[in-house]
Amino acid sequence: MDQFQVIDHCLMVKLPQEIDHYQAGYLSQEADSFLLRPDVCHVVFDFEDTEFMDSSGIGIIMGRYKKVAPLGGKVYAINVGKQVGRILELSGMSKLVEVL
Amino acid sequence: MKEMKNDMELTFDAISSNEGLARVAVAAFVSRLNPTIEELADIKTAVSEAVTNAIIHGYGNIQGYCKHGEALETIDKESPGKVRMKCQLEHGVLKVMVEDQGRGIENVEKAMEPLFTTRPDLERSGMGFAFMEAFMDDLQVESAPGVGTIVRMQKKMTSGPWIPSEE
Ligand SMILES: Nc1ncnc2c1ncn2[C@@H]1O[C@H](COP(=O)(O)OP(=O)(O)OP(=O)(O)O)[C@@H](O)[C@H]1O
Ligand SMILES: [Mg+2]
Repeated sequence: MDQFQVIDHCLMVKLPQEIDHYQAGYLSQEADSFLLRPDVCHVVFDFEDTEFMDSSGIGIIMGRYKKVAPLGGKVYAINVGKQVGRILELSGMSKLVEVL
Repeated sequence: MKEMKNDMELTFDAISSNEGLARVAVAAFVSRLNPTIEELADIKTAVSEAVTNAIIHGYGNIQGYCKHGEALETIDKESPGKVRMKCQLEHGVLKVMVEDQGRGIENVEKAMEPLFTTRPDLERSGMGFAFMEAFMDDLQVESAPGVGTIVRMQKKMTSGPWIPSEE
């Protein structure tokens, strides 16, 4: 499966095993290039493969949230594991993002 | 019988790809205490935050992974700094020190407030110190502008059994 895919107005982002600053710039830039497309309204971050995320991940999610939310778009986090879940919880992200 | 004591010191280039190295090193260092998955995650997260701060704030080396796996950080490295990580295990307590000789922090108290960041342009969220505080038992930050920053963290390992070395 492609790391970035558009399905039904949603940009699906398959996140890597580890999300840190090293990975963040690339993921954000690439996601943003898809968000320019008029048919993309929502973002779904898929954490299925992700075992580790630090505050860099908050930046990725928050940054995309700020882009889609003013246009009525939503951000989802799916397949969230324990470590990522705690980061989302502690940072307050779980209030902005629908964690499924 | 003597209690187990162990020390480790690692010095590496202040480039973003070494964040993963620091996490793996500290995880391996505590592994003989049989830490729980959660303890291990806590320690790795706290270390990742401290090391990332040293690299991107201390030295301003912000370059990360680029398209198609090309890592440009060695080319775009702005400052040739080093990050020093010291780990110590004694009496079932892990102590980690992360040190840089970068630009330092003017107001440590302010910097440690949740959501405070000087780099919103890099999409930093200002949660690094808050995570270190949440995931470790103790956090001390010492810094001087133009000199550098030392972050000291401690965590009591509840998991076990940690094995005393025989003597
Ligand atoms: N080693 C360091 N050298 C210089 N400045 C630092 C260092 N560590 C932290 N700082 C300063 O403290 C601020 C807060 O750090 P903190 O880790 O809490 O947030 P952040 O790095 O900005 O964002 P996040 O960690 O959530 O991505 C930083 O924005 C930076 O100005
Ligand atoms: Mg930080």
